[in-house]
Amino acid sequence: MSAPPIARIFLAALLLLAGLAPARAADVKVAVAANFTDPVKEIGQGFEKSTGHKLILSFGATGQFYAQITQGAPFEVLISADQATPAKAIAEGYAVAGTAFTYAVGKLALFSKTAGAVAGETTLKEAKFAKLSIANPATAPYGAAAIETMKALGVYEALAPKIVQGNNIAQAFQFVDTGNAEVGFVALSQIAFVEGGSRWIVPANLHKPIAQDVVLLKAGANNETAKAFLQYLKSPDARRVIEKFGYGID
Amino acid sequence: MATLDFAQLWSPLRLTLELATLTTLLLLVVGTPIAWWLARSKARWKEAVAAIVAMPIVLPPTVLGFYLLLLLGPQGPGGALAGLWGARTLAFTFEGLVLGSLIYSMPFVVQPIRNAFEAIGDRPLEVAATLRASPWDTFWSVAVPLARPGFMTAAVLGFAHTVGEFGVVLMIGGNIPGKTKVLSVAIYDFVETQRWQEAHILAGGMVVFSFVVILAMLVIERRTARVGT
Repeated sequence: MSAPPIARIFLAALLLLAGLAPARAADVKVAVAANFTDPVKEIGQGFEKSTGHKLILSFGATGQFYAQITQGAPFEVLISADQATPAKAIAEGYAVAGTAFTYAVGKLALFSKTAGAVAGETTLKEAKFAKLSIANPATAPYGAAAIETMKALGVYEALAPKIVQGNNIAQAFQFVDTGNAEVGFVALSQIAFVEGGSRWIVPANLHKPIAQDVVLLKAGANNETAKAFLQYLKSPDARRVIEKFGYGID
Repeated sequence: MATLDFAQLWSPLRLTLELATLTTLLLLVVGTPIAWWLARSKARWKEAVAAIVAMPIVLPPTVLGFYLLLLLGPQGPGGALAGLWGARTLAFTFEGLVLGSLIYSMPFVVQPIRNAFEAIGDRPLEVAATLRASPWDTFWSVAVPLARPGFMTAAVLGFAHTVGEFGVVLMIGGNIPGKTKVLSVAIYDFVETQRWQEAHILAGGMVVFSFVVILAMLVIERRTARVGT
């Protein structure tokens, strides 16, 4: 369901009132954590169709975006892979207080391109693979969750020499996808529509929840379209897409 | 602020020095015959070979990284090679980085040596031949000493360019401390995790290093010019 007509008219009126604002005000520059790449593209299409506005999406690692934002990057919305970064952005004055909320709860999966290669936690205990790909745990929540999972299962020490790190979760998946690593911890959203291979959805009790927050950045504080996009992320349309990609909803 | 961890600074630094040293030595060995052939050959298609060698100058490192990832992987020749010692892939290994660096830095070694060989001209080599020096002897006793500034430039540039490698390593390295986490990747990580103190130490070091490299190049050039006159 899209926004009710009255809301759209209201929005249009607002934009008319802001007629002197630069023409690009109807654009929103959004920094998107790599794991949310596919869902945000689909959500963005719905948003653009129902509002006529345009999203300009940049994909990367949350930490990398944050470093850029502290140096004046023009992003107006940060779709983070964690809760800590939006909270920090607010605390340090780079984001608007009260605008952060959890748009998705990520699910971690162990994935292999080979059918039968991943059977569950026994796969980690038997460790019949040479390389295990994860996202950089220092910067990517899915990487940190992967480490927590291995520690919870008591296999981290044994597996540590086999770990290779992608700069972000997209690269962690790419290492598995090219076959350079036989198995890897990826975001379930990345393989939601990948057929074949083998996968194990890591039980949520093995790691801290990967709650992912979005926040309005200072650069977008006066951009009504940016605010509208944040609202749209809470809409049933957006939530349907988010769940379809294998995320939980807070 | 977190306290400085010098092991985290030293490990990538040492790895980078090892990678750059090994790459430079290998490139001098591999690049010299290529440079000699490019300088002396009359073959029409030699510029095509020169273009292939020079391509990494123009290609984005991500293109090299992408193809290397596939070539080094289980379905590529790198995987077959790795199979000799029971591994599946050359990606994520120090050897893989050396291979990538060889390709990435090759033009910076071959070009200066080729230029130096070409600058010698035919005359000294002909004189050596009339003195009945064998081609092998001529090469080592005449060509190489005369081309020494070219070799020095090649070594400095090859080393420096390998130290500065980032995109290729990021794509094929897997960020393994002590094995593939080189200086540039470590700096990237420090910036991303807002550990700017560490980032400053390494990045500032690179600034000084670059200055020294370019200064060394200029000094080599001037000295060569003086010898020439």
